[in-house]
Amino acid sequence: MTATAPTAEAAVRKGSPGAARGPRRRPGRIRRAGLPYLLLLPALLLELLVHLVPMVIGAVMSFKELTQFYIRDWGTAPWAGLDNYAVSVDFDAPVGKALLHSFLVTIAFTLLSVGLCWLVGTAAAVFMQDTFRGRGLLRALFLVPYALPVYAAVITWVFMFQHDNGLVNHVLHDQLGLTDKPSFWLIGDNSFLALLTVSVWKGWPFAFLIVMAGLQNIPRELYEAAALDGAGMLQQIRRITLPSLRPVNQVLVLVLFLWTFNDFNTPYVLFGRSAPEAADLISVHIYQASFVTWNFGTGSAMSVLLLLFLLVVTGVYLVLTSRGRRTAP
Amino acid sequence: MRSIRAAATGAVILSLALAASACGGGSSTGGGSNDSPEELTYWASNQGASIEVDKKVLQPELDKFEKETGIKVKLEVVPWSDLLNRILTATTSGQGPDVLNIGNTWSASLQATGALLPWDAENFDRIGGRDRFVDSALGSTGVEGQDPAAVPLYSMAYALYYNKQMFADAGIDGPPATWDELTAAGEKLSKDGKWGIGVEGSNPSENIHHVFVFAKQHGADFFTADGKADFTNDGAVAAVKQYVDLMAKDKIIAPGNAEYAQNQSVSDFAKGRTAMLLWQSASANLKSQGMSEDAYGIAPVPVRSGTPGTGEQVNSMVAGINLAVFKNSDNLDGATKFVKFMTSDAEQKILNTAYSSIPPVEAAQQDAAFNSPANAVLKDTLAKSAAALPQVPDESQFETAVGTAVKNLFADAAAGRAVTTGSVKAALAKAQQQMPAK
Amino acid sequence: MSTPRSPMAPPRSFLWARRVFLTLLTGFVLVPVYVMVSSSLKPLADVTGTFRWLPTELTIRPYIDIWSTVPLGRYFVNSLIVAGAATVCSVVIAVFSAYAVSRYRFRGRRVFTVTVLSTQMFPGILFLLPLFLIYVNIGNATGIALFGSRGGLILTYLTFSLPFSIWMLIGYFDSVPRDLDEAATVDGCGPLGALFRVVVPAAVPGIVAVAVYAFMTAWGEVLFASVMTNDTTRTLAVGLQGYSTLNDVYWNQIMAASLVVSVPVVAGFLLLQRYLVAGLTAGAVK
Repeated sequence: MTATAPTAEAAVRKGSPGAARGPRRRPGRIRRAGLPYLLLLPALLLELLVHLVPMVIGAVMSFKELTQFYIRDWGTAPWAGLDNYAVSVDFDAPVGKALLHSFLVTIAFTLLSVGLCWLVGTAAAVFMQDTFRGRGLLRALFLVPYALPVYAAVITWVFMFQHDNGLVNHVLHDQLGLTDKPSFWLIGDNSFLALLTVSVWKGWPFAFLIVMAGLQNIPRELYEAAALDGAGMLQQIRRITLPSLRPVNQVLVLVLFLWTFNDFNTPYVLFGRSAPEAADLISVHIYQASFVTWNFGTGSAMSVLLLLFLLVVTGVYLVLTSRGRRTAP
Repeated sequence: MRSIRAAATGAVILSLALAASACGGGSSTGGGSNDSPEELTYWASNQGASIEVDKKVLQPELDKFEKETGIKVKLEVVPWSDLLNRILTATTSGQGPDVLNIGNTWSASLQATGALLPWDAENFDRIGGRDRFVDSALGSTGVEGQDPAAVPLYSMAYALYYNKQMFADAGIDGPPATWDELTAAGEKLSKDGKWGIGVEGSNPSENIHHVFVFAKQHGADFFTADGKADFTNDGAVAAVKQYVDLMAKDKIIAPGNAEYAQNQSVSDFAKGRTAMLLWQSASANLKSQGMSEDAYGIAPVPVRSGTPGTGEQVNSMVAGINLAVFKNSDNLDGATKFVKFMTSDAEQKILNTAYSSIPPVEAAQQDAAFNSPANAVLKDTLAKSAAALPQVPDESQFETAVGTAVKNLFADAAAGRAVTTGSVKAALAKAQQQMPAK
Repeated sequence: MSTPRSPMAPPRSFLWARRVFLTLLTGFVLVPVYVMVSSSLKPLADVTGTFRWLPTELTIRPYIDIWSTVPLGRYFVNSLIVAGAATVCSVVIAVFSAYAVSRYRFRGRRVFTVTVLSTQMFPGILFLLPLFLIYVNIGNATGIALFGSRGGLILTYLTFSLPFSIWMLIGYFDSVPRDLDEAATVDGCGPLGALFRVVVPAAVPGIVAVAVYAFMTAWGEVLFASVMTNDTTRTLAVGLQGYSTLNDVYWNQIMAASLVVSVPVVAGFLLLQRYLVAGLTAGAVK
């Protein structure tokens, strides 16, 4: 890493912001001036190597006609200009229509999943705040779905959702008699519900953890004062708990949204490489459009569009929530 | 700030360098060589009941090869769910095995990548000549008119397996020879929790294999003569409808089959839950599930009328596994020797017996082992009434698009929704438009 | 209940609601866990027919068979190596980076945090093939085999968990008062000394939280592992799928293998949950 030594010296000569004030530069200061960059270097290099450069290459691939004919030497693939993008957003043609459908399904799924995870997680965190007998054990149990590796958790649900031999149909149809014949959960329209169930089952403990951590930072005096003023439970939650959790929630919801939207593992293990229409999440959809049909140019274009969408959503979200924070009392 | 600028410049240069290097594609377009004549890497497909079984079957043969030639073969058995992906990454990176199994329906698609060694006359001579191989098997090795991209290794065909006891109990004399007979028999057999026949409704490849045959029997094809996709012609639509109607209209398939993708239909047959099964060379599989050979009979797949033959009397696709060599292998001579070994008469007998398939090598086919009643039907079918799936570069897209369309139609049938000519045509139209434009 | 209630005690309706809600939630969480455990102890016949709540007989056969049906032992070791190394490296690098951001005001600080966090938005599919190409090219150019080796996977996983870890640790380090740093510097330590002597020990819960998160990410990842490994280096996440390609789906073995695979992660998670909560408390809330 010979780049940092001249860098540090240059910084010292010009007067870097990290250095202490004062004209005299002790030797320790030189090292300190470059130290933050040195400390950041490994992370930066790794991010470049694994995230950023591949992203750029992926974006370049989206402008090429990259099918099986050219995959051996993708540099020689012909430039397709914006063709791949045109195909992806042409909502009258099947490819574009399928992408739009998949996109809408994913939005609906993500909003519902994040909403439910947050609701259940917050409710559980609020209910578990006070000590009661068995609380420790219950908390440990509640973390299990999140701790399980994705494959183990989802394959168990696949087993339970089987049409012929699964527990869900056994209970709903054989034991409770709620349906007049066993339903399909892994194909057909119910697959959306199945996907949502699995996603919420696996994801709510994360919200639970974060909110629980956030709750611990709320001073008890606030509750005591409110109680003395005669505020009931619900009012306390509305007036104290939720506003105090606001900064936590802001980040939690965003992170959950991004992770759920991009989730590949859950739908892939649940449905294999061709998902049913009702549960055609965009990550598996793009996987099918690129890896399974050898059409990497279009797949990359779709991924870039997905990324742009998420950038916009994140930006808008951050603006809205920051503004909210500024106007809050 | 100079420090920032320096760091930023460095980062940009580094990224460009990395990007440029990734652009190059490296040695993926380089030619092959004989740099490491001592060893070979071989990717085998999962032909047996499990990966471990495959290893047990192949390892002794590889040891034999090593003794003969001194070349050590590193074996990896790749599950089907991974195989195409792995081949793809090997093609892209230029780093893969020297020799590998491919599903014969993939031959044209892989040929289009240019990564496989073409088998011209010279290469064929090295393994004993092109005439050693059965014509129908050679028909599934790449686009017609070009040198084959792979060499046939195992041949399989579809047959109708039927449960003798269940047939006897229902008073049915023998296996059905036409589809009408099959639905009639199925209706008699579908009661008391048992069903007439089983299918893998959620397996796109299985669906394709069947609808292809049905289409042929309706005198139609899924591709035009110049390789353009044509899924909505009347014959193709009628074919798909006939297949899905087995569940939707005739009701001889249990609705749960719409979900099957892990060979559950074979399991159902082995356990006596269904009376019939259309499958490729199922004997080894059924044996491993405890069904004795006398419990079932094997008959040719039904036709619409008459007897199996060519043209509209086709009743099976030419199924099989081909052996391919990567063009940029670093042991081309060794790889060719290995192909010669695996396609030699002796090895063909051993391997095809283990996998209950038929050797695509004429001389090996004559062996008594392949004239048992089970194999006789398959051999006959391969020789007389099997047709190869379209050998076009878009073949794998075709499998995905149409296979998934059929899967969705089965889901409709299972849910009790109507499956009409109109809905079938719409599904096929959608599939067709997902094919790359020509 | 005739004792007077203090104004702070929760009302009866709340207690009742809590009981109902937590019971339902417990059921929801427990049922799949029960299915996994009970199915892993059932003979094959029990899992291939209609679902039975109770096994006809308890057998540990599945636990014995799983090691031979698929080379589970090898996959286990691979996963341990890959996840372990990725975790250690990720934590170390995250600690350094978070320390820099937390303790120093330098040009580009904002850019760094935003860039690193924005990588959370990247869909894995987009950079799967390019990343793989880069690894191959590095391998060709320098002879360091990244593709198909554990090293490449380690590199990938440690970078995946880096953004969230750095962000968490920044929050946590921020909550460690600067006075401790200054005290250490007065004693003669350089900044790095302050880091190791003072900040890290004070931030152990946060570091544990980050380590657990990194390990879990690496342990369960499927997509990249399926492309970047070969038979020798395959990890559990991909290897487990081997049970499903058999001609007969051995559900009892799949459940047993899933349990076995989950044990290290769940056990670690539960043992360390105290740290996790403490770590998240300071980290997430900032």
